[in-house]
Amino acid sequence: MKASPYLVLALVLTVCFTLATGIEPRASTWSDRAKSNNVFSMLFGDGRRLFANQFFTMADVYFHSGYYPSVFDLREEGQKEIVAESHGHTDSPEDEIKEDFLGKPKDWIDRFGRHFRITKHTHLESGNEREILPWLRLAADMDPQKIETYTVGSFFMRTHLNRPREAEAFLREGLRNNPGSYEILSELGRLYDENDHDTGRARDVWQLALHKWAKNPEAVKDDKLAFEEITVHLAQLERGAGNWPQAIHWFQAAQKVAPDPNALQQRIDEIKKTMAAQTNAPAAVPH
Amino acid sequence: MNTIWALAGVVIKELYRRKDFYVLFVLTALITIAAGMVNFFNDPKIVRYVKDICMLLIWVSALLIAIVTTARQIPAERESRTIFPLLAKPVTRWQFILGKFLGCWLATGMALLVFYVFFAIITGSREQYWPWLTYLQAIWLQWAMLAVVIALSLCGSIISAAPSSTTTICFIAVAGILLVGGHLNTVALHQAQPLQTIFYTIYFLIPHLEWFDIRDRVVYDWGLLNWLDCVRATLYAAAYTGLFLLLTWLGFRRKSLNT
Repeated sequence: MKASPYLVLALVLTVCFTLATGIEPRASTWSDRAKSNNVFSMLFGDGRRLFANQFFTMADVYFHSGYYPSVFDLREEGQKEIVAESHGHTDSPEDEIKEDFLGKPKDWIDRFGRHFRITKHTHLESGNEREILPWLRLAADMDPQKIETYTVGSFFMRTHLNRPREAEAFLREGLRNNPGSYEILSELGRLYDENDHDTGRARDVWQLALHKWAKNPEAVKDDKLAFEEITVHLAQLERGAGNWPQAIHWFQAAQKVAPDPNALQQRIDEIKKTMAAQTNAPAAVPH
Repeated sequence: MNTIWALAGVVIKELYRRKDFYVLFVLTALITIAAGMVNFFNDPKIVRYVKDICMLLIWVSALLIAIVTTARQIPAERESRTIFPLLAKPVTRWQFILGKFLGCWLATGMALLVFYVFFAIITGSREQYWPWLTYLQAIWLQWAMLAVVIALSLCGSIISAAPSSTTTICFIAVAGILLVGGHLNTVALHQAQPLQTIFYTIYFLIPHLEWFDIRDRVVYDWGLLNWLDCVRATLYAAAYTGLFLLLTWLGFRRKSLNT
């Protein structure tokens, strides 16, 4: 008896389907990768983090409009300038000297070759900062746990591109992927305070950020700058709202970790003077 | 000169009859258009990444077209034995080499023109800005660089009988020069002797093709280069092209044509 090839095919398909229904529920528990809803995570596994770092560097390259050291150029591996800028750092003349990784031309080939290369240190401005966003988006997709991507992206969107809602959505996405991140909460607080002028929400978010910071032993040990940033923001917010004792409280908290406590002391003194002036003011009014 | 043009004409016809260019162009177009359609944070003005991707694809495609087309010219003529009736006519071996070079160079130039028109349309439609002179400099310098690459591939095809090995070696050499060539002096500084001398010798001997890569200037809108520098770079490319063609002729003039 000779079996029809169609029957054999049908039989094989039936066996495949039966096996698939039996194995699938068990197979889904074999690896976390299959559970991921991120296509990059499924494709690359943990290797995607390497790509994420590369994409984040590309954002910095774009921020410098191509003026960027290669692996052959000797330069100290420091903080990326997009990160520094998001923390309010601006280049000093000393920084500019450090950024001159090219140095003097070594020979005529090097000298002539520089006519074709980008040899000027600049930063994107006038809304062109948007050009770094695709790389940050890709970096976030590749490594959702890379917190800097969200804070830097949000900073540029809300301060340079006037896109606070997109910035908030990006931060919220970061927060969903990193629920314990005090850095993202700190940036979210800045967005509510500086862009939305919603002091109540900003205060709540910053206080939550402080709570998360305090619960993170590594942060308490190594990231005192974040504590200082958040407490100073809180102090400024309270000073703006006229809550003088609260403002002094936060400035004093910041003083404990600040590299320059005297500068903060000056602000505390200014608040105390204002408080004293307000207390004396009613007495000075003639009846 | 007519003989050289006639030979060049055959090479150009070969390029548009083969599928290589069309495949690479469609691939470049598809990837660029797909990249351009991605929405990043609802900002339609973001364009530099599209330019970057498109320029990279143009460079890779142009290199592939130039090397693959050139590497098979002489081996194919020998393989099909069409080289015998060709050289039996009043065609010298020098004219044969020049004709092949000119054909490959012009064919690559035509392909490059199509790629750049596509690039200009795609990026211009997005940013409403057409820096034609910058594009002209970019295409000219890339074409000048491809002259060196084509001459090098032609030289390689004399040494190696198989087009595949010529293609692979040339591609590695050109990619190596483009990526590392300009940094060999920096690398040499940190080496002990005799490695330092070897690196420096290579650095001063190789054609510095990386000069001709002004993609960054186009992508980041750095504006025009000094025209005098373009002329100097062209002369530099012409010198290396001449050198490689001379080496090709020296190798080819006494070479047995039997496979």
